[in-house]
Amino acid sequence: MDILVCIKQVPDTKDIRLDPETNTLAREGVESIMNPFDRHALEEAVSLKEEHGGTVTALSMGPPQAETVLREALACGADNGVLISDRAFAGADTWATSYTLARAVETLGGFDLILCGKQAIDGDTAQVGPGLACRLDLPYVTCVQKTREVTADSIQVERMMDDGYDILRLPLPALLTVVKDINEPRVPSLKGKMKAKKAKIEALTAADIGAEKQFIGLAGSPTQVVNVFSPPPRGNRTMFSGTIEEQVSQLVEQLQPYL
Amino acid sequence: MDYFLTEEQQMIVETARGITEEKIIPQRAELDEKNEFPTSILQDMAKADLFSIIVPEEFGGLGGGCLEIVLALEELARGCVGVATSFAASTLGIFPVLIAGSEELKERYLPDIAAGTKWAAFGLTESNAGSDASGIQTTAVLDGDEWVLNGTKQWITNGGEAKIYSIVALTDPSKGARGASIFVVEDGDPGFSYGKKENKMGIRSSATRELIMKDCRIPKNRLVGRRGTGFITVMKTLDVSRPGIAALGVGLGQAALDEAVPYAKQRVQFSRPIISFQAVLHILADMAIQIEAARAIVYAAARHIDSNPKNMSKASSMCKVFATDMAMKVTVDAVQVLGGYGYMKEYPVEKMMRDAKILQIYEGTNQIQRNVIGQELNKEYA
Repeated sequence: MDILVCIKQVPDTKDIRLDPETNTLAREGVESIMNPFDRHALEEAVSLKEEHGGTVTALSMGPPQAETVLREALACGADNGVLISDRAFAGADTWATSYTLARAVETLGGFDLILCGKQAIDGDTAQVGPGLACRLDLPYVTCVQKTREVTADSIQVERMMDDGYDILRLPLPALLTVVKDINEPRVPSLKGKMKAKKAKIEALTAADIGAEKQFIGLAGSPTQVVNVFSPPPRGNRTMFSGTIEEQVSQLVEQLQPYL
Repeated sequence: MDYFLTEEQQMIVETARGITEEKIIPQRAELDEKNEFPTSILQDMAKADLFSIIVPEEFGGLGGGCLEIVLALEELARGCVGVATSFAASTLGIFPVLIAGSEELKERYLPDIAAGTKWAAFGLTESNAGSDASGIQTTAVLDGDEWVLNGTKQWITNGGEAKIYSIVALTDPSKGARGASIFVVEDGDPGFSYGKKENKMGIRSSATRELIMKDCRIPKNRLVGRRGTGFITVMKTLDVSRPGIAALGVGLGQAALDEAVPYAKQRVQFSRPIISFQAVLHILADMAIQIEAARAIVYAAARHIDSNPKNMSKASSMCKVFATDMAMKVTVDAVQVLGGYGYMKEYPVEKMMRDAKILQIYEGTNQIQRNVIGQELNKEYA
């Protein structure tokens, strides 16, 4: 089974700040990491490969330094890393991004399964995975918490729901977005890191993937950010502690004056 | 400080740090509380190739030396000395095969060790043979094509969890220390079983157990090196493994400092963060000095050993004493800085203090190390 994993390099949210002038994310001096959900998608891809054979290709769209997350993916067991990078991609929203990724997938071709993280922790939209599936006209399931039976032409998965989970079967090729419950990502291995250091990362431009100018980057993005702001701090809060019983009686006591 | 590590050594540090932060720290309190062996963490370490560091490349390893293993152990000990001890003990257990084993034994065991699919253990200590290792009573007698082992080993780290055991036994009891040999005993060998599992003060996630050999029969070719050279191999093994224990001290000391400084910055008493009081700040400064000095001596000793010198005992013992005495002092200081909170199990420093004590005791007590250093001085100034 040949699997493609979409990976985004994101700022580490442990240290997030907004530029008060521009209302955009202050990226300077903030460490970049592999989007945490994508680490789970990658782990699932590598586990499926270990079980069923095939290859894993990691794909990322971003500036040249996004190569770092692709090398990390190689260290974790991916076989190939492909970076799509072009100044013309800058400013892309989820609409333009899914178009661009779709062009890249079609250029590379031949994948049985595409895995994405549920969402990226910077934009938090959860739109690119489903958007990519629609662009490629592939069946897809979001919020997958487990992959079950895999056959030559189908995959059965569990989709996380508020009240339990659904069991669904999709024909392959298909696209899945995964939640963190799906697995425990491995730590990149030493031999993997050494291999990744020497590996060549394929780099593709807009022209290489046949992406048309009016559909990529800022030009291809209908979304406009009107305002980004830090929400004002909430009012006074009281935290209860102790057993559930103790916490409930503390709560009742607090509410008593208003009853 | 910059210790001029190679890119490969940096990778080892990063990999071990990844295991510590993602796998060990989230589980350490529970493993300690439950006295539970960290099987899944060791499997994660295997996947990350940490077990392959010390194995030569021809057997599927990375061909690293003492410094490489020291770097890994320091990072793992920042997470939990119990978990790190389980890893270190496997390395200790395979050293005799690496140092003196036949090609046949290396081919049989090293690929599994490198892959991390089998763990090792070192069986020297007995109830009457601790600091005086020459007091061992386990015997091995050749019977046709088999060695027959009889005796009980005590306090063996990884006992019951390892599949490969380096066992020291007397092949010629009349010759004392010169009559000892090392054998590889495998889990499942006839007559080999496990006894009492110990309930310890610290490093509680590590397994410490008795090994019982009752007419334990193993093939003739499991003898490691030549008959009667057991103690020489034991001494060489401990010379190269001790900096690893010292590294556990460095990692543990660093972990204690990493808890104490942020706490002192945020803990307010008398309307000021306590780090603004010189009495507290000086404790932290002394901790930092001791840790860095220990790190420097441990790395220097490891590099000395990797240069394959004629004599490595003094350097090995010096770094073990300094770094483990430091770890004991620094962890006690960390508890003091955290005060009442430090004494509670909600904070990790009380565990660090409990874990530190064993470092001054195992792989040769710090008093025995001072004997070794003193004997070397005696020779040097002869």
